Amino acid sequence: MTETPEKKKKTQIPRTKMPEQEPKVRAKNFDEVPFGYNPELAKIEASRCLQCKKPACIQGCPVSIDIPAFIEMILQEDFIGAARKLKEMNSLPAVCGRVCPQEDQCEKVCILGKKGEPVGIGRLERFAADFDRAHGEFIMPPMAAPTGEKVAVVGSGPAGLTLAGDLIKKGHQVTIFEALHKAGGVLVYGIPEFRLPKAIVQSEVDYLQKIGVELKTNMVIGKIYTVDELMANGYHAVFLGTGAGLPTFMNIPGENLNGVYSANEYLTRSNLMKAYLFPQYDTPIAKGKKVAVLGGGNVAMDSARTALRLGADDVYIVYRRSKKELPARIEEVHHAEEEGIQFHFLTLPVEILGNEDGWVCGMKCLRMELGEPDESGRRRPIPVPGSEFTLEVDMVVVAIGTGANPLIPSTTADLHTNKWGYIVADPETGATSKKGVYAGGDIVTGSATVILAMGAGRKAAEAIHKYLMG
Amino acid sequence: MFQIVDARLLAASVKQFKVAAPEIARKRRPGQFVVLRISEEGERIPLTIADADPEGGTLTLIFQEVGKSTAQLGRLKAGDSISDLIGPLGVPTHLEKFGTVVCVGGGIGIAPVYPIAKGMREAGNTVISIIGARTKDLLILEEEMTRVSNVLKVSTDDGSYGYHGFVSDILQDFIDAGTTINLAVAIGPVPMMRVVCNVTRNKNIKTVVSLNPIMVDATGMCGACRVSVGGKTRFVCVDGPEFDGHQVNFAELVKRQRAYLNQEKQAHESYMHPGGACLGGKS
Repeated sequence: MTETPEKKKKTQIPRTKMPEQEPKVRAKNFDEVPFGYNPELAKIEASRCLQCKKPACIQGCPVSIDIPAFIEMILQEDFIGAARKLKEMNSLPAVCGRVCPQEDQCEKVCILGKKGEPVGIGRLERFAADFDRAHGEFIMPPMAAPTGEKVAVVGSGPAGLTLAGDLIKKGHQVTIFEALHKAGGVLVYGIPEFRLPKAIVQSEVDYLQKIGVELKTNMVIGKIYTVDELMANGYHAVFLGTGAGLPTFMNIPGENLNGVYSANEYLTRSNLMKAYLFPQYDTPIAKGKKVAVLGGGNVAMDSARTALRLGADDVYIVYRRSKKELPARIEEVHHAEEEGIQFHFLTLPVEILGNEDGWVCGMKCLRMELGEPDESGRRRPIPVPGSEFTLEVDMVVVAIGTGANPLIPSTTADLHTNKWGYIVADPETGATSKKGVYAGGDIVTGSATVILAMGAGRKAAEAIHKYLMG
Repeated sequence: MFQIVDARLLAASVKQFKVAAPEIARKRRPGQFVVLRISEEGERIPLTIADADPEGGTLTLIFQEVGKSTAQLGRLKAGDSISDLIGPLGVPTHLEKFGTVVCVGGGIGIAPVYPIAKGMREAGNTVISIIGARTKDLLILEEEMTRVSNVLKVSTDDGSYGYHGFVSDILQDFIDAGTTINLAVAIGPVPMMRVVCNVTRNKNIKTVVSLNPIMVDATGMCGACRVSVGGKTRFVCVDGPEFDGHQVNFAELVKRQRAYLNQEKQAHESYMHPGGACLGGKS
């Protein structure tokens, strides 16, 4: 491929930065960190796209968005058209534009990234979706004639919301059963306001309700109704998108002291229950001054940055491997560093220490070194003998991952799970071992990304549609 | 929204609501609880289901006004609604014919004991109930407990009614008199449950306690309600609320229940005395 002068010129435009709150300012508030592009910035960034004939970015996207097409529409100032183009394949573009790991997906394979920086696809997606939400009018999407078939969706996270949107448009009656009092799953209880404003999630949920999806909150399936009861009550198919909600603890002494939180509890208090607005909201949250967050993923970064915003003086990420192995997105690590989160790499907590009132007052740790690669391909951390030291902390958040909640598998006959308790489902269709029951998202794969859950929801919607119409 | 169809005062600061919740009323079994949230700003609080009317579609909830949320709940009247009600949660009581079952309830703990005593009786057991309160005015459900029990004993700490002393003293008397007890159920303040467990431990009487730690989601997602049972961490919301009382680490439970004492006081005071001391919040 020869480079035309025009293409050469495009590659020389630097990637457009998103304006964002200053680290010192934002570390004290819960407002969103980046402000997003304005139309001018969006057009500059859109102009960088080479409009490749064989766009690698589409293949890099788990839901195959026609990326060059929506970017071209932004360039033509058809912002709402760009949002519609996104929504053809992705029902939650405002969410994905913010929380997708683009650097591992579409942007990773962008041709511009070979020599310089890739097109800011995520930022453009976010811009178009935000513009549409602010300026676009509600338009009823094309709806198929009613089929009379009823589908129950268990869980209103990314997988369930995507699937519900797809199936209602195909003419089925769709009811979402959500265990919590608010829909959105991890988007509302897990991801903090400063990374994903809850109003955005709410507007997506509102949209689904406007196009006819029924939402029943406060419904813990497995308790109020079993899956079999749902089917006996007239639902012809059931989709399980319950997520991986079971917190994992370290199983070290002192974990039941006050001031030790699972990341799930800490973030749920802050995000879903709005404990950061206590006492205006009733749910309290401990405000540690020296906070250790155990783990190195996005949830650990979210917890650490939440602790900072709640007034901590020192927040430590305590991770047993090195910086290179951090599973969190680079952008999240970068934001955390900017805000003053301190990283203790190659550090393994072995005991949490408490005072006489039962509150955390310290944490014993070991230094680690990296040995041979383990089954995950990452170098295995090995404790350094005699390296024990005590970190002075008054709060600990355990963010080392989550597991499968057994509530539904344990109350559903013939639903097969694997040895970790995740539901066994066909990766292409979401079909489980039980007829008419499909599953997708974290409850099948274990903790993964919003976009992968959405992809699973989309595939299962196709399969359920075929099943119902077949 | 869930409408309160009946509200009455059972004792000083103890209220009983009947709430319209037909789906939960049909499904619930003794020992289970609900989580409720009064309003958009509210916290999620667990309350035992004291009784249910599946035909009428109502749940009976009994609570004591101890903090902001329960005080706020207590101001609601018949006809008012609460925003959210989630349930039935927790593992139901294991009901079978054990023989003689002693049901011990202390204070507000009589509310969760009542459906269990009723269930045990219906399962064919001889039910000896021992209920107590600090003082006569705080005693609840005496009539209901009488109905479902073969024998009912009452105590008050101050001697204003019934036996002058603690429920555990009466239990000790039954044991000393040689009464065969196949199972004990004890629900109430932690110190009471702990003492009852000490009494029954000596005689190897299996004792079930129902715990009420702080919860948030109450679906097994957050772990706020974790408690040590037999040295293992369990979640009260999904593994409980009932556990073998002889295995429960009560000292840890007490400390965990007090985790938010300061915030609870702050919220309660500003609710009871609005416009009072400035609390520094932005609201």
